[in-house]
Amino acid sequence: MATLHTAPRPDAPTAGPPAGQRRRKQGRGRSQGLIGWAFLAPFAVVFLVFLIAPLLYAFYLSLYTKGLATGERFAGLENYSRAFSDPSFLNGVWFVVRFSFIVIPAQMIVALAAALVLDSVTSRFSRFARLMIFIPYAIPAVIGAVIWGFLYSPSFGPLEQLFGDDAPFLLSPDNLFYGFTNVVTWQWAGYFMIILYAALQGIDPSVYEAAKIDGAGSWQIATRIKIPMISSALILVLVFSLIGTLQFFAEPQVLTPISNGAIGTDITPNVYAFNLAFRFAQFNYASAISFALGIVVFIGVYIFLFATRKRGGFLQ
Amino acid sequence: MKNRVLAAVIGAGTVVASLSACGGGEEEAGAAVDPGSCSVPITKTEAAIVSVWAWYPNAATVVENFNEGHDDVQVCLTNAGQGADEYARFQTAVSAGTGAPDVIMLETDTVPVFALQEALVDLTEYGAADVQGNFGEGAWKDVSSGDAVYGIPVDGGPMAMMYRTDVFEQYGITPPTTWDEYRAAGEKLKAEGGPLMGDLPANVPAPTVALMQQNGAEPWVYDSANPTELSIDLNGPESKEVLDYWAGLVEDGIVGTQDQFTTDYIAGAIAGDYATYISAAWAPGYLTGAGAGEGADAGNWAVAPLPQWDTANPVSVNWGGSVWSVTSQSQQKENAALVAKELYADEASLTDGWESQTIFPLNQSILTSQEFIDNETEFFSGQTANKDVYIPAAEAYEGSTYSPFGTTFYAQFTEEIAAINNGEKSGSQALDDLQAEMETYATQQGFTLK
Repeated sequence: MATLHTAPRPDAPTAGPPAGQRRRKQGRGRSQGLIGWAFLAPFAVVFLVFLIAPLLYAFYLSLYTKGLATGERFAGLENYSRAFSDPSFLNGVWFVVRFSFIVIPAQMIVALAAALVLDSVTSRFSRFARLMIFIPYAIPAVIGAVIWGFLYSPSFGPLEQLFGDDAPFLLSPDNLFYGFTNVVTWQWAGYFMIILYAALQGIDPSVYEAAKIDGAGSWQIATRIKIPMISSALILVLVFSLIGTLQFFAEPQVLTPISNGAIGTDITPNVYAFNLAFRFAQFNYASAISFALGIVVFIGVYIFLFATRKRGGFLQ
Repeated sequence: MKNRVLAAVIGAGTVVASLSACGGGEEEAGAAVDPGSCSVPITKTEAAIVSVWAWYPNAATVVENFNEGHDDVQVCLTNAGQGADEYARFQTAVSAGTGAPDVIMLETDTVPVFALQEALVDLTEYGAADVQGNFGEGAWKDVSSGDAVYGIPVDGGPMAMMYRTDVFEQYGITPPTTWDEYRAAGEKLKAEGGPLMGDLPANVPAPTVALMQQNGAEPWVYDSANPTELSIDLNGPESKEVLDYWAGLVEDGIVGTQDQFTTDYIAGAIAGDYATYISAAWAPGYLTGAGAGEGADAGNWAVAPLPQWDTANPVSVNWGGSVWSVTSQSQQKENAALVAKELYADEASLTDGWESQTIFPLNQSILTSQEFIDNETEFFSGQTANKDVYIPAAEAYEGSTYSPFGTTFYAQFTEEIAAINNGEKSGSQALDDLQAEMETYATQQGFTLK
């Protein structure tokens, strides 16, 4: 038994009811359709007004250009060609891509390890531990970043007390990467742990019994049964963290003022777009940057989902 | 079933209705002010109401004084955030074409940024000349661009050197009067294992720009009469001399590289980690508010004039300060201009401001008042800091021209100073790069470089 297959997928949608029944139900079907739409309406309105409309407006903005000393004019895709040759944007993208290579595995390993441990231990302590691991996610990202800002402080943080004057400053240009990795992993691992834990809880225990009868130890059960069986949840977590990491914003934004200049206004594309719009008065170019980032994220996520389509089940 | 459909439709309808109500409300904000939303209650409701954004710590007192003294015009105060937060909101309102207040508090170096976007009103048409006599030449030049005047000054930041008397005494240092002496004192401190002499913050480039101006640099030449013409000179020999000097201090470990306005910097200042704080007249108030000068730290501070490059021709420079500007979106510019001229200009408010150390007023009525001149500053252990240091610096200040895209300029300069602090660049190299970046940016934004 090399690997177990993932849980069976529900079969293709069952065929509709027999023709006779269908005609009888048609009248009721239409009013049910209406009710469906009515229930959808509150969501649809909010979705259209707060998501689709701003998106369209931002796209419209991104097609124009306005210099500080000149008037507005139609620019077509000029802003986009500028974005994809703007070192600030490209370096920002490169930063988040590099960052995701470090931070995503870190988050996944922590989350998976915690989920596996919590799944196999059942005591009052495990419930408490589950809550504690999850709590960082319940703390708003901004507050979390502020807390870490204090912990990283070179004059009164714990590192200073441990190492004295030689304490590493985790927000210096060389250490920034690790400083961020730590904060983001702390913040998100608990959330991903809950997703993975829920998936583990959904596995039928009789599978474990069968494995035990076949002579599998608990390490083998974990690596050969549990992990393969929750692979679609793992993919989901990966996609979440990929999207979140590429849109990295809150932590650098909050930690900028205490980083002694190591965090620039263009450290990630999102921070760059924010600063362009709200500090440098370049709404048009900022819109183009946001869309360009959207394109990068979309391509990245699509490639990823395509590569993992067998396990993820997103593209089927 | 029918009822349920109805309920759902009504539910959806309510959402739409409340959404459109929100939209309607925002549009009207520029025109009429709802007195209930003001942070200082307005009693004379039949008067014209002018909306004002400001973040002075004593803004409520100032507005109360104004409202008591005026019957036709009342001020509705909103605190829209401090510095960058307020500017982000104002920038959004400017770009949206709606939502700005009638009068806004701006830091002096931010005025050109918004004037360039035609978001501010030229106050010469609204009687700015009436109050020009209340201010020194330098203060007035700061708010002017050519013949236009885009703000009425309130407070300023004549620069000086604050220092720790305990450190200076312990290591036998006298307050340096030139930058050469400043360096020598720093070397002495370092050799004897003392604290750092000062600090070169990356996150606040404004004082560094001022120090370059002190040596005769004129980084920006700009006149709003020709808004597309600009001349940038950031890498002239005067600027390079200053920044190379500071880069050298950093390289030799004589000054620190800590960002300012942070908990770490304040903690360091209180602990005596920095022997001097190159700062402006508002700094004692700022430090007091942050907890310096109290308890064990009391009685350790004094102030001396800013060190000079050439003692024969001393130059005074300015860091910070704020003004009232009238926005172009205001529907009642006459009233707004009246507020800009008279708010925080009455003696009661100004006295409250300087006594509580929240501002260094630029109004001559205060600068020449005996009480202000002879005041013994508690923070400086009774030193007559106004008379000895700050008033002469304010009077000698000749004014400067700030960048019309100051936020971008400061952001870029922050990166360059960070590069110096990390040992990646020399001062000259940083300024050459900064000049190139600013030229590219200006051209891209449609300026013609002279």
